[in-house]
Amino acid sequence: MNSVTRNLRSIFSKEGSPQSSLFLDAMRRLFRNKLAITGMVIMGVFLLTAVFAPLIAPYHPLKQELIMRRRPPSQEHWFGRDDLGRDILSRIIFGARFSLQVGVLSVGFAIVIGAIVGAIASFLGGWVDSIVMRLMDVMLAFPALLLAIAIVTILGPGLINMLYAIGIVSIPAYARIVRASVLTVKEQDYILAARAVGVPPTRMLVRNVLPNCLTPLIVQGTLGIGTAILDAAGLSFLGLGAQPPKPEWGAMLGQGRYSMFTAPHIVVFPGVAIMLTVLGFNLLGDGLRDSLDPKLRV
Amino acid sequence: MTRYIIRRLLLLIPVLIGISIVTFAMLRLIPGDPAQIMLGEHATREAVAEIRERLGLNEPIHIQYLRYIESVLRLDLGRSIKTNRPVLQEIGHRLPATIELTLGAMFVACLVGLPAGIFAAYRHNSTFDLATMFGSLLGVSMPIFWLGLVLAYIFGFRLKLLPPSSRLTIGVDMQTIAQAWGLPTGPTGPSSTRIITADEFFSGFYVLRAILTGNGRALLDVLSHLVLPSVALGSIPMAIIARMTRSSMLEVLGEDYIRTARAKGLRERSVLLRHALKNAFLPIITVIGLQLGLLLGGAILTETIFSWPGLGRLVVDRILYRDYPTVQGGVLVIALIFVVVNLLVDISYAYLDPRIHYE
Repeated sequence: MNSVTRNLRSIFSKEGSPQSSLFLDAMRRLFRNKLAITGMVIMGVFLLTAVFAPLIAPYHPLKQELIMRRRPPSQEHWFGRDDLGRDILSRIIFGARFSLQVGVLSVGFAIVIGAIVGAIASFLGGWVDSIVMRLMDVMLAFPALLLAIAIVTILGPGLINMLYAIGIVSIPAYARIVRASVLTVKEQDYILAARAVGVPPTRMLVRNVLPNCLTPLIVQGTLGIGTAILDAAGLSFLGLGAQPPKPEWGAMLGQGRYSMFTAPHIVVFPGVAIMLTVLGFNLLGDGLRDSLDPKLRV
Repeated sequence: MTRYIIRRLLLLIPVLIGISIVTFAMLRLIPGDPAQIMLGEHATREAVAEIRERLGLNEPIHIQYLRYIESVLRLDLGRSIKTNRPVLQEIGHRLPATIELTLGAMFVACLVGLPAGIFAAYRHNSTFDLATMFGSLLGVSMPIFWLGLVLAYIFGFRLKLLPPSSRLTIGVDMQTIAQAWGLPTGPTGPSSTRIITADEFFSGFYVLRAILTGNGRALLDVLSHLVLPSVALGSIPMAIIARMTRSSMLEVLGEDYIRTARAKGLRERSVLLRHALKNAFLPIITVIGLQLGLLLGGAILTETIFSWPGLGRLVVDRILYRDYPTVQGGVLVIALIFVVVNLLVDISYAYLDPRIHYE
């Protein structure tokens, strides 16, 4: 008897539980995917840039030298200077903080609210489900950027309000995903088993149901961060997001666009920064989708 | 099929009510007194009171909402704070420009995206395939307003090949459609019931107007103005269409009937276009339709870059002016168009795919 237990234990400790081996398998697939690795590297570079911005940036992002305005790239100022003579490279380095923050926080906000809303709707079903999902339909009836603009109009322009606006606009996507997954998971045998042994509904939802809905959330969340960064840049570009003198990339583009024809470098570099960051998240998101759930592959 | 359409239309009702609540709430949710905010700090008390009266802000909230619904159903979206013209008139003047831009962008997106996707699938794993896939990833990762600026700089400013802003060169004149065809242009003079005449509306489609008035010079001018904004706005749907076409074609190209077609000795072109593409087209059509709706959102940014006098730019401009009735009306109209386009996509999808059951 003892030996049997020992054997079983050794099997589990060596091989891990079936779930963790699935997870390892997915990770192995992910790390074999060159594009996903590229995405991770890009993201890693921007993340480190954001964290260590004060150490990396050659100049202060807000220091103006009006006499040197719009100077093209040079050895001292690799990306040149902007309308107020500020160092563009330093501004882009500090700007990474804003873009990553807005992307991650707004998507995080949307996932938390979306997961709660979607889970409650599908778990309770009936009229709660109908009302909640119709509400989500209404939000999806607006082009995302337009709805975000409308929300910022109500809340007033600014970085934090933009963060909320983008977060709110993204809620329906996650609510729908969670609702659909919960509906599938709810019918599985292990949920029936949990119910049979008398696990209370809330605990079941948190411990058994939600973890099994994570895969599509992770994939959509990663891709969603890219979209959120793009939307944030668009709002800031229109003057509705981060306000000057914050070195937010979209705002830099918005303020620099009038000098485009005399000093194109003011516009080129922030745009490249946005594109690379979003590309990083998109590459990783695609890679995650392929490795976590091959069924989802497009 | 009819039952399916009726069901879809019924499902639309809560969405429409929701849209009306959101646009109604927009004005009321602004912190502080909307009338005061619109008029600025230095407005006289009388002016504020007048605006409050005009917007019906003194009524209880549910009465305000019912009033709002009633006036929307009467096609009365109020008057602009900035220009004092009916909001619907302002929207009517701007809407054709946005529709023209959206269709132009979709045309460019299909023109490039479809062949790229087909060829990438045909040469699966070739350099072209990888380049297309990477290009499409770049396409969805690029901020369109940045792409627009770069295009305007390169083609408009440096190479001077295409005009970088507006819809028509100053000095190029076009008659309206009614003028050219000798039709009555509609009621003239300051009439309170007149919002926008059919002639004004349809003449807002410059491509259509240049063709119908037989004005070759204007047509060339209009088209040249349309190119850069369309490419910028079309970049995202282009990427998505290319991706969708490729994956859909890849799936179909592995089918037995393609092998049969090849075994029969059909030309490769015919196999690709007549046998494969036809069967791969359904998801592609859906994506095209859905993207058409999404373009309305992207148009806001593109119109700003290219000084394109469309609906999106109207909304953004008037936010900065605090002309909230116009913003409210613009948001409502864009949302309605978005919903209708998506509905048409759903219905056409069900119509095109007999496997979908209309329960």
